Amino acid sequence: MSGTGRANVLKSLALATTMLIAGAASALAGASEADFKAAYAAAEAANKQAASLRNQWTPTAAALAAAKKAAEAGDFDTAVASSQEAEALAKASIYQARSEKDAWKALEIH
Amino acid sequence: MRSAIHFASAALALAALSFGAMPFAVAADTPDPAADAKAFQKFFTEKFPKVKLDDFVNGPYSMNEDMHRQWEEKEQFPPYDFSLDLGKEMFAKPFKNGKSYADCFPNQGIGIRQNYPTFDEKEGKVVTLELALNRCREANGEAPFSYVKDEMAALTAYMAFTSRGKPFDIKIPNDPRALEAYENGKRYFYTRRGQLNFSCASCHVQNPGERIRAEVLAPALGILNAMPIYRSEWGGMGTISRRFTTCNSQIRGVPLEPQSDEYRDLEYYLSYVSNGLPVSGPGARP
Ligand code: HEC
Repeated sequence: MSGTGRANVLKSLALATTMLIAGAASALAGASEADFKAAYAAAEAANKQAASLRNQWTPTAAALAAAKKAAEAGDFDTAVASSQEAEALAKASIYQARSEKDAWKALEIH
Repeated sequence: MRSAIHFASAALALAALSFGAMPFAVAADTPDPAADAKAFQKFFTEKFPKVKLDDFVNGPYSMNEDMHRQWEEKEQFPPYDFSLDLGKEMFAKPFKNGKSYADCFPNQGIGIRQNYPTFDEKEGKVVTLELALNRCREANGEAPFSYVKDEMAALTAYMAFTSRGKPFDIKIPNDPRALEAYENGKRYFYTRRGQLNFSCASCHVQNPGERIRAEVLAPALGILNAMPIYRSEWGGMGTISRRFTTCNSQIRGVPLEPQSDEYRDLEYYLSYVSNGLPVSGPGARP
């Protein structure tokens, strides 16, 4: 390993640590592009699961779009916050689909 | 040892008891579409004792006398006439291969709206009229129409018009897949969805006649008999597919693809429980 190589490793470790801290502090401030990417991927995965349950919500799509737009404008704080909102919405829609598996029967006309 | 045996036989007796009770439990859970339809119609006729059974097909206009007068006025100069004319013309015009829609349907497609959706035992799935029309086009080398646009509305408007007054006559053949499709449709109808957490039933069973924004909610009984409909709000015609997707988005749910299995099954269920009510389409709405 060359000297510059070691420096690079150190640098990326430092970056990883910063990211971890940023991740923990979450949407508070100073989010990076990587934070956004991780938060966005988590939201997308949850929304995909909602799709497989045939129960996506339109506000989830809106929050994902807002996240993308903010990231394109370089506003990663907003991008992360919107991604997290999208993930929470997608998770709520998953929860709804699961609890309705049997709950729908309560509304049935007999 | 003795008490253990006693214990075992007590357990057996309990098991026997619960087995004895089983047939009832099963009976309550066994799909019974005929009983569903009867209960469905009873629910609405009891909730609205002044509305005649056949009048439920007029949707929001069946809900009070003022609305009914509005409807009668509207029917004098029906706003769907342009669509009906277009549909009639389209229906008669041969495809490039010389065949036409009439070749795809029983009785040349005239007076048959009340039989849709049907259950296709070969495919093992529900086939709606909109789907059958596009399949007819594709089988004859024509591109399918959008399910939510004017052409499909015009064709179904014409086919409904030739069937006006005929009672819905949806059949569930003796095929477990047909019963399953019916059950899936029922589940879809009662399942809450969207961020607003509403099911179709929340609006069209629990609140028909109530206003939501400027609109009066139609009762679920006979809710498809007037389709397709002209809506002033749309400034045009809407198919069943258009109505389903619109009703899903307004509760902040992402609509499914038109003619997805779920929507086909939903249409099957809703049509079946309205058996006996007349075709009144095309309809006009505020
Ligand atoms: C938030 C309430 C709401 C929910 C939930 C809802 N709808 Fe609707 N629906 C409406 C409104 C408003 C209209 C327009 C007024 C009317 O005709 O009822 C309408 C109209 C319709 C019509 C046309 C009725 C007519 O005679 O013009 C159909 C069919 C329909 N809805 C089916 C459904 C189905 C199926 C579902 C479930 C997937 C559903 N709706 C869920 C509010 C709702």
